Amino acid sequence: MTVQDSPTTSLQLTEDGQLRHFLTLDGLDRALLTDILDTADSFIEVGERSIKKVPLLRGRTVVNLFFESSTRTRSTFELAAKRLSADVLNLDINTSATSKGESLSDTLLNLEAMASDMFVVRHSQSGAPHFIAESVTPGVAIINAGDGRHAHPTQAMLDMQTIRQHKGSFEGLKVAIVGDVLHSRVARSQIRALRELGAAEVRVIAPATLLPRDVESLGCTVDYDMARGMRDLDVVIMLRLQKERMEGALLPSEREFYRLYGLSREKLALAHPECIVMHPGPINRGVEIESAVADGPQSVILDQVTNGIAIRMAVMSMAMGGQMADRNRQPMGGVTP
Amino acid sequence: MTQLPDVEQLLERMEADLRNVLERRGVTEPVMIGIRTGGVWLAERLNERLGVSELLGELDISFYRDDFSRIGLNPKVMPSSLPFDTEGRDIVLVDDVLMSGRTIRAAMNEIFDYGRPASIILATLVDLGARELPIQPDVTGQTMALAPNLRVKLRGPDPLHLELRETGE
Repeated sequence: MTVQDSPTTSLQLTEDGQLRHFLTLDGLDRALLTDILDTADSFIEVGERSIKKVPLLRGRTVVNLFFESSTRTRSTFELAAKRLSADVLNLDINTSATSKGESLSDTLLNLEAMASDMFVVRHSQSGAPHFIAESVTPGVAIINAGDGRHAHPTQAMLDMQTIRQHKGSFEGLKVAIVGDVLHSRVARSQIRALRELGAAEVRVIAPATLLPRDVESLGCTVDYDMARGMRDLDVVIMLRLQKERMEGALLPSEREFYRLYGLSREKLALAHPECIVMHPGPINRGVEIESAVADGPQSVILDQVTNGIAIRMAVMSMAMGGQMADRNRQPMGGVTP
Repeated sequence: MTQLPDVEQLLERMEADLRNVLERRGVTEPVMIGIRTGGVWLAERLNERLGVSELLGELDISFYRDDFSRIGLNPKVMPSSLPFDTEGRDIVLVDDVLMSGRTIRAAMNEIFDYGRPASIILATLVDLGARELPIQPDVTGQTMALAPNLRVKLRGPDPLHLELRETGE
């Protein structure tokens, strides 16, 4: 399944340029990405209140539709929806209807019949959330919580928010993404976001076997040598190494990978002294990152988790708002202005 | 043509009225909360005039607006900031223009999510009437009756002045 830019843009944006789905960062301009970050900043403040809830999605039903398991992403989406006052249904499809032979379309029809207003979709196949957004009833918002190797736009945006928090802006920043770029849905979204928001330089650092062939066309430079790639860095983003890749003979061994591409204190010392260390989690200590670095003063890994809730609140409320605005533009929409 | 009043003169009147209300209610240590953007400018001035030592609270009510289901989220939302514990406090809530009362309802809902205040006093610069909810100000700079196609807006922050504009309708 391929996802082309312009039909996706008209699918995920209303005629006024508001979000109505959140499928990919492709086609979203700097102004809209900045609106998402600004809105998320306001939601961070909500998370510090005595009552950490706002009524935006009160009476709405959000379905977490996870065709692939993910503890952190699902729980932060769940918490985000609850802080927006929505009712949340968590469906782990692996252990549910599809294992009894129900098709995706039938599952969706059933969920729509329960008057769901939003699906948060995680799927191992690239383009699945896009497919669902095309086939779902108008008025239902789709949020991509990670699809295949394609995109993980909320993860990329929470990373952008964490970078902006610590660095103030993207102006002049040198950012590296290190590790398994080939299998990473988040790397592609991160590169796209960093370019759009104006980072000075995006480097990917990885062995050739873990890089997609056309990686430079995404707008980044490539370094096979980590020591060279770490120079002058303001931000280093480590990617998780999926252990099953070892078996695919893409890598010699975990120990070899750590020696060449693991983030140790020595390698971090080559970067700018105020370089921040990021990781989408879950981390493999001693495989892609040294414990002392993951827990060290330059690590902002736990800020990423906190920001994940705020970013997801922002994206969910913006997309739901876009859907509502759409409904009110339709003369048949039911609600009279 | 409606002659628009001078904001500094209105602030003077509001200060005097506010002192009376506070005294009548026996409030000696109020805290001030302004609703963004105009309400914050006014609350700053009133804070200064009344000599309130405590920092000002700033409220962005975008997450509490009752028209979210019609127009979606305000893309320019800013974080609210209440640099004090609202629990048990006497709050002066300040806004520039009072009309339907929906903004004040949203603001009160938001304030209660920070804690349970002892009381809330509402101070507005201009009251245009046209209420849709049972909300009344305790202190008003000026009541005005405008033609249905006209709105008044506070511009600022330096200097503060009122501006008339026509609505699209």
